[in-house]
Amino acid sequence: MNTEYIGIIFMYLATVALAIPLGKYIAKVFKGEHTWLDFMAPVERFIFKIAGIDPNREMNWKQHLKALLTINVIWLFYAFFCLLFQSHLPLNPDGNPNQSPDLAFNTALSFLTNTNLQDYSGESLATYFTQHFVFMFLHFVSAATGLAAMMVVFKAMKDKITDKLGNFWDFFLKSITRVLLPISFVVAIILAFNGTPTSYKGKVAVIGLQGDTVHVSRGPVAAMVAIKQVGSNGGGWFGVNSAHPLENPNYLTNIVENISIILIPIALVFALGYYLNKRKLALVIFGVMTIGFLAMLYPSVNAEVGGNPAIAHMGISQPGGSMEGKEVRFGAAASAYWGITTTVTSNGSVNSMHDSMMPVSGMAQMFDMMINAFYGGVGVGFLNFYIFIIIAVFISGLMVGRTPEFMGRKIEAREMKIASLIALLHPFVILVGTAIATYVLVHFAGAAWATKPSAWLNNPGFHGFSEMLYQYTSSAANNGSGYAGLTANNIFWNVSTGLVIFISRFLPIIGPVAIAGILANKKFVPESAGTLKTDTGTFGVMVLAVIVIVAALAFFPALTLGPIAEHFSIK
Amino acid sequence: MKAFFLPSLKLTIILIVLLAGIYPLAIAGIGKFAPGHGDGETVTYNGRVVGFANIGQKFTKDKYFWSRPSAANYQADAGSGTNKGPSNPDYLKTVSAAIDTFLKHNPTVTRSQIPAELVTSSGSGLDPDLSPAGAQIQVARIAKVRNISADKINSLIAANTEKPLLGLFGPAKVNVLKLNVALDEMK
Repeated sequence: MNTEYIGIIFMYLATVALAIPLGKYIAKVFKGEHTWLDFMAPVERFIFKIAGIDPNREMNWKQHLKALLTINVIWLFYAFFCLLFQSHLPLNPDGNPNQSPDLAFNTALSFLTNTNLQDYSGESLATYFTQHFVFMFLHFVSAATGLAAMMVVFKAMKDKITDKLGNFWDFFLKSITRVLLPISFVVAIILAFNGTPTSYKGKVAVIGLQGDTVHVSRGPVAAMVAIKQVGSNGGGWFGVNSAHPLENPNYLTNIVENISIILIPIALVFALGYYLNKRKLALVIFGVMTIGFLAMLYPSVNAEVGGNPAIAHMGISQPGGSMEGKEVRFGAAASAYWGITTTVTSNGSVNSMHDSMMPVSGMAQMFDMMINAFYGGVGVGFLNFYIFIIIAVFISGLMVGRTPEFMGRKIEAREMKIASLIALLHPFVILVGTAIATYVLVHFAGAAWATKPSAWLNNPGFHGFSEMLYQYTSSAANNGSGYAGLTANNIFWNVSTGLVIFISRFLPIIGPVAIAGILANKKFVPESAGTLKTDTGTFGVMVLAVIVIVAALAFFPALTLGPIAEHFSIK
Repeated sequence: MKAFFLPSLKLTIILIVLLAGIYPLAIAGIGKFAPGHGDGETVTYNGRVVGFANIGQKFTKDKYFWSRPSAANYQADAGSGTNKGPSNPDYLKTVSAAIDTFLKHNPTVTRSQIPAELVTSSGSGLDPDLSPAGAQIQVARIAKVRNISADKINSLIAANTEKPLLGLFGPAKVNVLKLNVALDEMK
């Protein structure tokens, strides 16, 4: 058991040790300074030349958003049509069928938005073409979209009174060529040499030692799994994601994949410090995020290592902790650690089945996604945190009777309206979604749909409610992990979560970019004795308080009906 | 928006070629040098491929080490967990039944010795491993059926136990397929 604890402590320390230099490097890349990956520059120039893009043309925040939304719309249509007709496209050795329109709608939106809620299983409802040309492509570009949007906010915070916030295409392409692609390349090779398949061969029949015939699905998995982890995407090759022994073959690959989940999200906090030359502010943000992360990690690891009391009651021993839904090669501690890292970031890949975890873990995971800013997804995690900062500045400004200012700009009514709307959107879509689903389940349980509502849930009682709450929380957080027991591949769930995913991706990008853009245009007020300092521990506590109050007040009643009630009912 | 449309379209096409074409082909090329040549590592017995090293198999005969229960029945093209919640009464009944079955086939074992992994399903339904304790608890049964001494089987388990990574990180484990092949090879 000790080696399991050492394993997760090592993973966290290694991540932070890697994240600091990576953050420094990312800041350099976007400041336009020299880095050792400058040999990519000719490739970038070549790409811009063919695409007819001038990467030096400065954009204001509205032009940034127009560029972002235009290219995202193109990807949406591309993905949707590929999924609808995948059986007619090449690279389909297993002869998998087309996706139904509602499934294609959900899947396309889900991958476009970096969510990767998977209502299908890759083995049977995706072709190799789909996996690479739709899913893996979107893994890269959706993460780069988040990074580029975040860079606009960084830039707006850096410069004094300006409309010129850099070039979207430049931010976007460099995110891929200088950050995502190189890291993915390294990760993919490590996976390949540890047993994750890389070849394009189809599934194979094998007669086992005992004489049973099984068909083993495989494919060029390693390349996709790498960016799925690195880009906080989470949509895996196989249905069971990184619990699958080919997608995550051993403890070493588990370390590499798990570090990849939170490496860039943590690095971006440090990148902020280096980019703005405000390292203390970055440390305060990192501190707040880390406190939130550890506060969720500790109870979850404890619960999983402790085992299921209901099984302990049967008189057997649980030396490895609660093992339902977990893999022996990872163990309970590393499964709980993954569960928290994947939900604090918007990754959503899993190495064990969350549906079978202890209610304490389920609550911690849902709470992570309800806040969605403790490290958070690639790029968008910081955008969410930025909203909390704006609110905290405003509230603490009012409390101490000072003008609310952040980075030398006054925060006024217009920015606060946008920030409040974005902060309230998240609980709104989660709670309304869950309420509608619960209403339908109770009042139309036997409705003559392809999947009757009465057949949605895999578990009765409080846990069944948690399955629905988790699904909407995961969709709204653009996370993509699931309580996989929920029968989600039907019109109700495909469409409703698809809409939640869509709203919850683009509004929380538009909001912070708009606020930052508006602030950048305002008069710069130099720091004085009357300025509220934002790079202090006191302000960190204030941000944490705002986060906890916003999330706790909104979500606590729903959590009480699900995981909290289940926790107290297990004997 | 119009000014952004053509550049977006062209950039999309170029990136599809780079990210979905060139990048995975490069990885596939490098993967040729990996164990199993990127097709997945296989295990052979008597010159016949009997499975993939990383994919668990169903073992239900008394002469073999049993694998963990599987919600997917070890069908490696449709892996899945049970996704049963820890408080689900039906689920707890199946666990209880699995304990009874195990005790019936292993009469020398007492209930409190059974490690939970032997009566719970893995997340993938394809878990290739057991903990060393999960293998050791089955030794008496196998020794009796195969008429070999328990010591020999125990040393087989020890030889097939994979230690934590660098002796420091993660749990120890035993690959059930490799262990059972070693068992068959003993004669």
